[in-house]
Amino acid sequence: MTQLPESQQKVKFYQTGTLTVGNRLLDEEHRNVQATMDRSNSLDSGHRACQGCGEALGARFAIDAAIRATGNQLIAANATGCLEVFTTPYPETAWSIPWIHSLFGNAAAVASGIAAAMKAKGREEVRVIAQGGDGGTTDIGFGCLSGTFDRNDDVLYICYNNQAYMNTGVQRSSATPGAARTATTMPVGAEPGNAFNTGKSVPLIAMAHNIPYVATASVHDLHDLEMKVTKAMGVHGARYIEVFVPCPLGWGSKPGDTVKIARMAVESGMYPLFEAADGELTGVTKIRRRIPVDDYLKQQRRFAHVFKPNNAHQLEQLRAIAAHNIKRFDLLARDGEEL
Amino acid sequence: MSDKVVVQTKPFAITLDVGSSLLNKTGTWRTERPVYLDRLPPCNHACPAGENIQAWLGYAEEGDYEAAWRKIMDDNPLPATMGRVCYHACEGACNRTQLDQAVGINSVERFLGDQALRYGWQMDAGEPTGKKAMIVGAGPAGLSCAYHLRRYGHDVTIFDSSPKAGGMIRYGIPKYRMPREKLNAEIERIQAMGVKIELNTRVDDIQAIRERNGFDSVFIAIGAQSAKHIEIESDESIPMLDAVQVLRNSEIEEPTGLRGRVVVYGGGNTAIDVGRTAIRLGAIEVTVIVLESRAKMPAHEFEVKEALEEGVRIVDLRAVRKIEGNTLTLERMVDSADQWPQPSGQFETFEADVMVQALGQNVETGLLDGIPGVVVEGGIVQVDHCMMTGTDGFFAGGDMVPSQRTVTTSIGHGKKAARSMDSWLRKEKCLPVEKHELASFDKLNTWYYSDAPRTIRPMLDVVRRQSGFAEVVGNLDEGNAQYEARRCMSCGNCFECDNCYGVCPDNSVTKLGPGKRFEFKYDYCKGCAICATECPCGAIKMVPEDI
Ligand SMILES: Cc1cc2nc3c(=O)[nH]c(=O)nc-3n(C[C@H](O)[C@H](O)[C@H](O)COP(=O)(O)OP(=O)(O)OC[C@H]3O[C@@H](n4cnc5c(N)ncnc54)[C@H](O)[C@@H]3O)c2cc1C
Ligand SMILES: Cc1ncc(C[n+]2csc(CCOP(=O)(O)OP(=O)(O)O)c2C)c(N)n1
Ligand code: SF4
Ligand code: SF4
Ligand code: SF4
Ligand SMILES: [Mg+2]
Repeated sequence: MTQLPESQQKVKFYQTGTLTVGNRLLDEEHRNVQATMDRSNSLDSGHRACQGCGEALGARFAIDAAIRATGNQLIAANATGCLEVFTTPYPETAWSIPWIHSLFGNAAAVASGIAAAMKAKGREEVRVIAQGGDGGTTDIGFGCLSGTFDRNDDVLYICYNNQAYMNTGVQRSSATPGAARTATTMPVGAEPGNAFNTGKSVPLIAMAHNIPYVATASVHDLHDLEMKVTKAMGVHGARYIEVFVPCPLGWGSKPGDTVKIARMAVESGMYPLFEAADGELTGVTKIRRRIPVDDYLKQQRRFAHVFKPNNAHQLEQLRAIAAHNIKRFDLLARDGEEL
Repeated sequence: MSDKVVVQTKPFAITLDVGSSLLNKTGTWRTERPVYLDRLPPCNHACPAGENIQAWLGYAEEGDYEAAWRKIMDDNPLPATMGRVCYHACEGACNRTQLDQAVGINSVERFLGDQALRYGWQMDAGEPTGKKAMIVGAGPAGLSCAYHLRRYGHDVTIFDSSPKAGGMIRYGIPKYRMPREKLNAEIERIQAMGVKIELNTRVDDIQAIRERNGFDSVFIAIGAQSAKHIEIESDESIPMLDAVQVLRNSEIEEPTGLRGRVVVYGGGNTAIDVGRTAIRLGAIEVTVIVLESRAKMPAHEFEVKEALEEGVRIVDLRAVRKIEGNTLTLERMVDSADQWPQPSGQFETFEADVMVQALGQNVETGLLDGIPGVVVEGGIVQVDHCMMTGTDGFFAGGDMVPSQRTVTTSIGHGKKAARSMDSWLRKEKCLPVEKHELASFDKLNTWYYSDAPRTIRPMLDVVRRQSGFAEVVGNLDEGNAQYEARRCMSCGNCFECDNCYGVCPDNSVTKLGPGKRFEFKYDYCKGCAICATECPCGAIKMVPEDI
């Protein structure tokens, strides 16, 4: 008998591997929190987020993972934004964790204060998370955030990046990508939408503070997201995770496509997933099946104008950004490299 | 100012009790609702025996081979046989072909069939009903019908003119493709359920036997046994044989007449089987002459390939016109896109010591002559959608009725006839089985499936294939059978990946536990459709709400 090739016999194959939320063929330790029947549902039903909200999804993913990692010893400080408004129309709340809401711009400082208080009370097993939208993080809350990083306070800050001020009606933030239409960018003219070469990358700025852990994650890759939150809760000091959360309302996308669009952002190179420790890049999540940037953009009305002939230069710039990300973060797997 | 004491029951600035968002039934926002459904996987749809392939692969994925085998046995009593000789229409239809390659369904089926024989897994007969059924022909159609009738609890007797059961699986399909130990064991398993088989019993007068034994109903499946012939001008100096006779003789160890330079005339699988048999019996040279082009010949590509490897030559676009001495006169044919090959008027010669015609078979319908109501059209017996002939309680199936003429189709006919006969015996109407909507490729979200190349079945070395009748294609072992099963995408049927449970932003899916699937919380579901988009296998559908 002719023998089967070695490689084929050795392949460990579990139908969907770790790509799906759960997988009945995987051993328990490789399964996600979200697959368990007794998951904590830190953000429960009945909240008032739009249909298909990526932020609601990202927050439950992240906080449930943090609850598991800390044995439910967790307090959160929340910034104003959709997350706060849709979860908690007074006196109801969708949160099932102890949390505090103070202001739009001070979540990091409030969290630092809670961490200090817990330390003073000798309850350092209680861990603290701050959470906010991109506006609350990259713009108005930026000073407080940098302070928390600077002091290396024992806080994990999670930013849910939907690339604009969604709660107040889609205004531009410093996390809005070039060309994206918002309520406060040029609707017409030679450069409709957000201007290129503006804005900032807070994950890279966080790295510049040399804090113990920084990561980007996306709602389409739950395994990766839970792994990063778990890792972050395994270390002390200031930590930062940014989660990419599509917003159907602000982006002009179909509610049912939220996870798909997040996947497309990552697979096109528009949103690189990486991790860093003590200021050094330690890993990137490779692109699995690369797709053209155009395919990602076409899902969203905020980019519709870039497909008009006289805006071709904008499309070119967006493609160049993806290409640059792919090169900069080395996002493509080499031949034969395991993903 | 009053001096009344105000009792503060709540902390300052709080006037309402804290409530949970669960009070807010967001389900009212919905214009469409997600529903779970089972769609029909294309493999199941294509299987002529109606196997629930996706379901039995599901058990095999988990390593529960016995459950997998029993799921096959719901439809097909001969998995070890089908895992060898079936032309696997299922694999042709498999959605995975559009991703990488089809799931090796046939090889997993064979593994399971062999596993059952190794461990002696058995099926039970149903509770006795007291009804008696008569079957003529112990080929795949007859055996399948008998098996299913026994499972319904009826008493079954098969009559067959041959010395052994199996029909064309035994007397047509050669050993190198179908080892007889496996076939025998699968037939014995059916007999162990109480099916009686009367061998060497040719039936000519069905009604007489029926009345003598008090059979309540009849299934007839005598196949297509007599070879078709075409007249070729010949001085009769070389023998002119027919394929079915040659293969039958090979099976019963009578001289086949295959020697020297053998020419087989025909382009189907039977011609290829004769060619490969001739190689094994030591012919000097074996040539299959085909009227059509190589691309259009009806034989399956993989069988042609195996034959070529073993040394069979194929000469296509030729018609045999005349035989004089050892010399055949061949006319070149011209291929054309839409019609039968056309003669070219150009001739050539070819040397041969024996010629075999392999041009298909006819049904011997003689034994139906006296039966009122039975309709024969173009030599083929007509049946309705319940496999019943024009005579009440008289069913037929397999090669003798309109059919693709494969073992699998015959098994499907046997199953369907048994189901109809069971209804008929219970004086109920035979109703067509409702089919679910198709789980076509566009219903899947294939992102989620890991990349996994198809497993190659080991093959016997060519030298050993040329010199004997040992089985050519090898079996998968447990490891790679399970691997192959896990390549299945479970099209249209929930495989409990937990995606819907995980990706709902509104936490509106309840997980019911292993094997129990999921439920939507319609009180809260906003109808965003993320779950439907992210279900890998297309087991969720969005349907409009009545508003
Ligand atoms: C060489 C060859 C290779 C083939 N290879 C394949 C293959 O690889 N895969 C595949 O799917 N199909 C194959 N086929 C087709 C397949 O074998 C037939 O379609 C199938 O066996 C038909 O089943 P059946 O039950 O209708 O009839 P048969 O298998 O022909 O069985 C009919 C039975 O009835 C008996 N019988 C006939 N007349 C009487 C009578 N008057 N009284 C009592 N008994 C009678 C016969 O002895 C026989 O046992 C092949 C066919 C041939 C000829
Ligand atoms: C100091 C202050 N300025 C403005 C506001 C109004 N405001 C509330 S939420 C919000 C936008 C929040 O945007 P982002 O942080 O990106 O969160 P998102 O709603 O997009 O999730 C604004 C401007 C406020 N609450 N406080
Ligand atoms: S992937 Fe599985 S269910 Fe889908 S067609 Fe192929 S075998 Fe059938
Ligand atoms: S994801 Fe949740 S809210 Fe959206 S349709 Fe499915 S069950 Fe309903
Ligand atoms: S998403 Fe997964 S768990 Fe949900 S119905 Fe589809 S296959 Fe089943
Ligand atoms: Mg925002």
